[in-house]
Amino acid sequence: MTTLETIAPVAATGSFAYAWLLIALPLASAVILQAGGRLTDRWGHLLAVLTPVASFGLGLVYFLGLMGRPEAERAVDASVYTWIAAGGWHFEVGLLLDPLSILFVLLITGVGSLIHVYSLGYMAHDPNRRRFFAYLNLFVAAMLILVLADDYLVLFVGWEGVGLASYLLISFWQERPRAAAAGKKAFIVHRIGDLGLLMGIFTMLAMFGSSSFAAVDEGAAGLAPGWACFLGFMLLLGACGKSAQVPLQTWLLDAMEGPTPVSALIHAATMVTAGVYLVVRSGAVYDQAPAAQLAVAIVGTVTLLAGAWIGCAKDDIKKVLAGSTMSQIGYMMLAAGIGPAGYAFAIFHLLTHGFFKADMFLGAGSVMHGTGDDVNMRHYGALAKVMPITFVTFAAGYLAIIGVPFFSGAYSKDHIIEAAFEHNAVLGSLALLGAGVTAFYMTRLMCLTFFGQKRWREGIRPHESPAAMWVPLVVLAVGAVIGGMALNAWISRWLVPIGAEAPEHATWLPDFSNPLSWAVLAVVAVGVVIGWLLFGRRPAPDEAPAAVSPLVLAGRNDLFFDAAYDAALVRPGLALATGVAYFDDHGVDRAVESLGGAALATGRRLRRLQNGHVRSYGLAMLIGVVAVGVVLALLQLV
Amino acid sequence: MPDLYLVLASTLFVIGLTGFLIRRNALIVFMSTELMLNAANLVFVSMSHVHGVLDGQVAAFFVMVVAAAEVVIGLSLIVTIFRARRSTSVDNEILLKG
Repeated sequence: MTTLETIAPVAATGSFAYAWLLIALPLASAVILQAGGRLTDRWGHLLAVLTPVASFGLGLVYFLGLMGRPEAERAVDASVYTWIAAGGWHFEVGLLLDPLSILFVLLITGVGSLIHVYSLGYMAHDPNRRRFFAYLNLFVAAMLILVLADDYLVLFVGWEGVGLASYLLISFWQERPRAAAAGKKAFIVHRIGDLGLLMGIFTMLAMFGSSSFAAVDEGAAGLAPGWACFLGFMLLLGACGKSAQVPLQTWLLDAMEGPTPVSALIHAATMVTAGVYLVVRSGAVYDQAPAAQLAVAIVGTVTLLAGAWIGCAKDDIKKVLAGSTMSQIGYMMLAAGIGPAGYAFAIFHLLTHGFFKADMFLGAGSVMHGTGDDVNMRHYGALAKVMPITFVTFAAGYLAIIGVPFFSGAYSKDHIIEAAFEHNAVLGSLALLGAGVTAFYMTRLMCLTFFGQKRWREGIRPHESPAAMWVPLVVLAVGAVIGGMALNAWISRWLVPIGAEAPEHATWLPDFSNPLSWAVLAVVAVGVVIGWLLFGRRPAPDEAPAAVSPLVLAGRNDLFFDAAYDAALVRPGLALATGVAYFDDHGVDRAVESLGGAALATGRRLRRLQNGHVRSYGLAMLIGVVAVGVVLALLQLV
Repeated sequence: MPDLYLVLASTLFVIGLTGFLIRRNALIVFMSTELMLNAANLVFVSMSHVHGVLDGQVAAFFVMVVAAAEVVIGLSLIVTIFRARRSTSVDNEILLKG
């Protein structure tokens, strides 16, 4: 086990001191849009599009600034202000710009800007457009806090911020009960993961007296193995919640109730990768905790297969893509669980996935836009001709995700599978199997959506989407095609300062000398052929067949996780709540009510005294005076 | 000798009290109250005489002032009520019930 070699950040100078603007711009626009109310209805969405673009420009400046520095100085800590200074506790809000965080900044603001532009078209006729853009900006700001923080506690602020934005956006169409329920579900499942992250932060505070990255990196080496392991598992729990990994994955499929740009930005390209970021960022901890590291790899492998399984069985195009997102993040987690050898590949796959998955989600949104918001793939068919731009861009994402050589996904996924084989043959074989299944379900999606015969519903005339929607698609598709070639040779080297190991050889060309690459290609080809044989060659029914194998049935029901949680947690919880409510109604309430009833009855009796007869009052007074006199007289006697 | 004053005062007080308790006419009730006040005054004054100090007489003046004020307010109330209701019976419950 080698110790991680991370570089110490240097203090921010010059333009780096203004790094807070990255976050402040989208945050300000979110505030203006919310506080400005209807005043901003006319121009608010344009402002909301400008601020992520501005942040992207600024991020680019910082990126080039980091590039221009020698490797040992490529981490800049820009202190913003002192958050808490009480007794022995001291928390600074600082922004860490290093090779890892700057890549995230570019991904978030870059893909984020494109999705904002896309939303201009997609949400053009929504009565709550302003609110939608305010939430999107809030998300971008929170996500930037998450990745720029130099302290786990500040990271947690962003972590919760993206959770909030995700909740608000999943249930954006709050008038739909399903969307409202999905938002709540995501929020509650996130809480479980957040508990893990919080416990991790508490452990850091107890062990190191600080939760800053620097303190944790430094202290981790001296940590007792038991505590290191605990910390690793708690951080993994946090990552599972945010990144929809088994066993906390159930919220992601329901999250597809949100508007499609949200699914693309939050539930595919950025927020759900926060767990991978957390694991890679906590490399120093995982270095000391081999058991936790293995758990990360296993969770990743299980999720990559589970997500692919679900993706094979769903008919809802967004849910297929959601299953696929789970699966691809599983790959990233697997890579992150391999250790320093895998970090660069995890981040590489994260970036390429950000492009091709956002591309495909937006493509799915474009398809839905053209077919009257229908999400059922069995109602599509033969859309390639009527939606040529959507088809071509979607196809680019398709070729990238299944890993066709020269497309971006091929580079990053091959690396992960290769590293997994070197690490552990079982994990490697399962990752290889996952690649084949990915090819199968994506081929199924392509065949059902763009090829075959028309199964359009009556009155639906599919048409190409407006330019605001297809321009971002084209940009993302270009990224999905060339991203791998452009980054392959560079990214491992670039991430060395944050603890990644650089492989010996990597060029812009796919590695054809490696027999494993050919094996991956063969498995992918088998997946594509099976997918085509089942769904492309023969006409697909426009209703989902009822008689299916148990495998498909399990996939359609999200592997019965929801049912299991329902039986194991939701029902007992409901029963407990019902019991408590019953006790409240019949125990506490009755006690309180009978007390009140007694007071009322006493009052009713006493009221008879107050009869309005002056003479009876006089008599009462007389009796009272006599009584007082008697008492006084008796007291005199005593 | 002082005993007789006290007997007289007690008699007056009991007459006043009885009138207060059994008569319905507000004016009579009012007069009964005055009677009780004056019974008390009589006790004050006689005790003042017996003890040879002026405290009781001062108290009697206070009682008279209070009684005078009471008469002013009480009579005007009774007159107003009589005008409104053509009756001065104190048994009319509504008079004291909200």
